[in-house]
Amino acid sequence: MTPLGYARPRDVADALDRAAAPGAMFIGGGTNLVDLMKLGVETPAALVDVGRLGLDRIEELAGGGLRIGAAVRNSRLAADARVRQRYPVLAEALVNGASGQLRNMATVGGNLLQRTRCAYFQDTSADCNKRVPGSGCSARAGDHRNLAILGGSPACIATHPSDMAVAMVALDAVVNVRTPAGTSRTDVRELHRLPGSTPHIETVLAAGSLIESVDLPAPVEARSTYRKVRDRASFAFAVASVAAIVQLDDRRVRDVRIALGAVAPRPWRASAAEDVIRGESPSTALFESAIAAELADAEPLRGNAYKVPLLRNLVVRVLCELCGVDPPVRSLA
Amino acid sequence: MTSLDSALEVDAERLTDADGTLLRVDGPDKVTGRAVYAAEHHFADQAYAVPVTSTIAKGMIMAIDVADAEVVAGVLTIISADHAPVLPEGDDGELRLFQSHEVAYRGQIVAAVVATSLEAAVEAAGLVRIRYDEAPADVLLRTDHPRLYAPEHVNPDFATDTTVGDVEAQLAQADVVVDATYTTPGEHNNPMEPHATIAVWDAGRLTLYDSVQGSQRARRAVAAALGIDPDDVRVVYQFVGGGFGSKGSSRPQAIVAALAAREVDRPVVCVVSRAQMFTMTGYRTPTIQRVQLGATADGRLTATAHDVWEQTSTIAEFAEQTAVATRHMYAAPGRRTTHRLVALDVPTPAWMRAPGECPGMFALESAMDELATACAIDPVELRIINEPDLDPETGTPFGDRRLVQCLRDGARRFSWAERRGRGPQRDGAWLSGVGVASSVYPARAQTSAARATAYPDGRWLVEIDAADIGTGSRTALLGYAAECLAVSADRVELRIADSALPAAMIAGGSMGAASWTWAIGKACAELQQRLDRSDGSIPALGIAVEVSTKDEVAALPDVSRFSFGAQFVEVRVNTDTGETRVPHMLGVFSAGRILNPVMARSQLIGGMTMGLSMALMEEAILDVELGYVVNHDLAQYHIATHADVPSIEVHVLDGGRSDLGRAGAQGVGEVGIVGAAAAVANAVHHATGIRVRDLPIRLDRLLPC
Ligand SMILES: Cc1cc2nc3c(=O)[nH]c(=O)nc-3n(C[C@H](O)[C@H](O)[C@H](O)COP(=O)(O)OP(=O)(O)OC[C@H]3O[C@@H](n4cnc5c(N)ncnc54)[C@H](O)[C@@H]3O)c2cc1C
Repeated sequence: MTPLGYARPRDVADALDRAAAPGAMFIGGGTNLVDLMKLGVETPAALVDVGRLGLDRIEELAGGGLRIGAAVRNSRLAADARVRQRYPVLAEALVNGASGQLRNMATVGGNLLQRTRCAYFQDTSADCNKRVPGSGCSARAGDHRNLAILGGSPACIATHPSDMAVAMVALDAVVNVRTPAGTSRTDVRELHRLPGSTPHIETVLAAGSLIESVDLPAPVEARSTYRKVRDRASFAFAVASVAAIVQLDDRRVRDVRIALGAVAPRPWRASAAEDVIRGESPSTALFESAIAAELADAEPLRGNAYKVPLLRNLVVRVLCELCGVDPPVRSLA
Repeated sequence: MTSLDSALEVDAERLTDADGTLLRVDGPDKVTGRAVYAAEHHFADQAYAVPVTSTIAKGMIMAIDVADAEVVAGVLTIISADHAPVLPEGDDGELRLFQSHEVAYRGQIVAAVVATSLEAAVEAAGLVRIRYDEAPADVLLRTDHPRLYAPEHVNPDFATDTTVGDVEAQLAQADVVVDATYTTPGEHNNPMEPHATIAVWDAGRLTLYDSVQGSQRARRAVAAALGIDPDDVRVVYQFVGGGFGSKGSSRPQAIVAALAAREVDRPVVCVVSRAQMFTMTGYRTPTIQRVQLGATADGRLTATAHDVWEQTSTIAEFAEQTAVATRHMYAAPGRRTTHRLVALDVPTPAWMRAPGECPGMFALESAMDELATACAIDPVELRIINEPDLDPETGTPFGDRRLVQCLRDGARRFSWAERRGRGPQRDGAWLSGVGVASSVYPARAQTSAARATAYPDGRWLVEIDAADIGTGSRTALLGYAAECLAVSADRVELRIADSALPAAMIAGGSMGAASWTWAIGKACAELQQRLDRSDGSIPALGIAVEVSTKDEVAALPDVSRFSFGAQFVEVRVNTDTGETRVPHMLGVFSAGRILNPVMARSQLIGGMTMGLSMALMEEAILDVELGYVVNHDLAQYHIATHADVPSIEVHVLDGGRSDLGRAGAQGVGEVGIVGAAAAVANAVHHATGIRVRDLPIRLDRLLPC
């Protein structure tokens, strides 16, 4: 039988040391990694548990921000009074994810680095360039109903499935990363790479990097919301989601931050849409043209083309509600 | 009228509710983990079998390389077409394992590793290397498939096609015609407990601790597959975690366990994985259904045609009886029903809750709603207008047809006329609407035996090989036995779920309740007579009476027996996102006498919930190129969560009594799912004006693209 190493180190240096061994992987709650191990998709030689590294704290940052340890459980983060008060969009995103049991296990670091839910990635008998570079992509011809319309490539159209990360991208959160070489900081929005021709390289992190924490910048006076569209009322990944934060001045949008989920290989910051809106006076027409700008580069396929009107409707509705503009009355027929 | 919807007040000591209805007698054992399910039996030296399944959908196995697998520590044997006992020919190709190098579908069992630990077996199963010569697979059901054929009959023994009157002429002359094609996808039963078997051989006799809906079919099927005498097979299945039809017939894991146990000469357990539940345990065939309705301008049906296309596999035939319900629902001078089947490179479909009625009534009841719209008649009234006096197919009288009462009663409770008349309502992005559909399911019974014993200390024993697959039958039958013996339930011991007990019907076709109560009622009555005739003294071993209902079942008068129902549904559809949610469902049913209202309520709301899942979520997503169902786990194959079912209300009409035995009971396991999906789709149409004819009603089917 293949032996599997497991360690629960008590200090970060030791953890990094162990993670440097060939085939070693960090494990948080294991809710994604262990499933993938059972499926034969991940085959680590050793697991390094991040649970005893003192990364389970939520700390104040100077200026009113928060530093969230990578091992903080999703349920605890969602329930934290400071998070609920200062970053309600994050709390909303968290409680919209997975189920109560999963959130009790899932960690912040693991949630950020969870793998795509593309069915072919999860099935070792199918072709997947992300799982086996160069093997092909079964999803293009097959089932891609919930895969990417933005940021994909001929090699891969997988989506990043997280809800939490979408809110973090809207909040301009920053990841603190440790490697044996030292610490570094990366914006969450830059954490995941676009697939290009190397979809198996998913993040900008060097092998063996430990996510130590996520910094949330000081909150701003703003209205925000997280809206998730899914195939059933609970316990389902998003087919599209949006985190939006709006700062209104009188009758103008002083600033807006929009992140989209389940439509791209990474939590997608809708900068093109933001640029259209910033400084303008809010209206349905403005929001329609903003999302149109964002979706100009969309590359929908047969099975996921519906995400284009879905995102448009969703983003327009959310922005209208946040800005106090009457949303358009749509009919389906 | 009995409302099954009142809050439950529990008398914890007696395990009854406030009305004295017996609550789950095995509930405490189940929630504390004391109830032992099949795979939880444990034998000191037991071994573990893990199936290896094909990764192509069609072709030949060219080589099976077990070199790396067989050296894994703990591996006892590897069974495959290269190394297997010869099994007899038989009709169930799904159970004829390891006899050929041909692959019939992706996910078919091609080998099995047996080892002293589950871990070793899993590890070695991953190291069995199989080289295939792959052939192009044909997995897509279509109406122009060149190999479509008319099966000899449809499940279990209904005529494949029927015609009454001149359908085409009636359609040509009709004032109003609805002609629409509906589709339902493959759907997978997925009971909570996966299929599992422990096989134990002892001197040529086989005992299976199995997860099945009944033992008599199971022992016959396993004996036939192995070529042994059914009397040498015993099946014990005390606790079963759901089946929804998929455990009505034996599954390959039982054969794997039995073959493995014989070869390694120790008990062997084989548990089907969740992913394998999407291949080797049966599923509901996808269907394509064309329904044509002809009617007069005032809504009287003149013609009904229901033509069905569906699939089976190349290794066994299963022909879902999809259009059979249409033969009995509504009066019309012209009627045609047909079924065409094609054998594809797919797993064999099988029973899933209300096979036939469930997909068939989605089409018929959707078409009735379309007709109501076309004729501008209220859909409830349209159904009432077309209520037949006699069974339209057989001309025989109905036993207890109270569809109209169900419709009227439900309409009143739901405030149907007002809510329907008001039209769709808007609340922000959400549009709401209401829909209705009829439910129907046959009421039948099959011969069963039972034994009742009286003991001198005032205790009673009732034995019958009945099943409790989580429905609560153990509780309902105990309550009924106590009623028959006129004693309190704590004086009666009920033994069920073991083929060593008097043989009885399986839990299937909603026939359990009627079949079992019939036998129990008769055994108890004859025992009472025996006791009345005796001098009153009972020997220490007790006085036992064993009966069969064979003669009574054979002598049943020729009457059309069905359970009926009417389902009313409110939906909300989001006009921005296409999301459909169902805030409320209300069902009114007529199903004979309700034996135990608490258990019956669970069955009916369970059926309606499953119907809601069918309407909105359940879908086997087929990859035509790879030839399999891609969403083969419960994270991807969605069924309703609690949040999807905020409120389901069920009522049953009082005064129901069938002539199936003394109890007058009919099963309620299936009628609740029938019609539910149509009611949802009809409500979506009311809310949005969009007629969704292809299930499930996914948001991308509602969003304009
Ligand atoms: C049925 C189901 C439904 C779900 N539904 C949703 C949903 O609706 N929305 C949603 O957002 N999510 C959903 N999830 C996913 C869930 O949120 C993730 O599985 C979870 O967040 C992963 O966290 P974890 O701690 O368990 O990660 P693990 O499984 O432990 O790890 C995941 C990955 O992160 C790496 N890792 C973990 N911690 C660190 C660290 N500190 N530094 C570096 N690398 C690290 C691991 O090596 C691994 O590669 C669902 C999951 C399941 C199983």
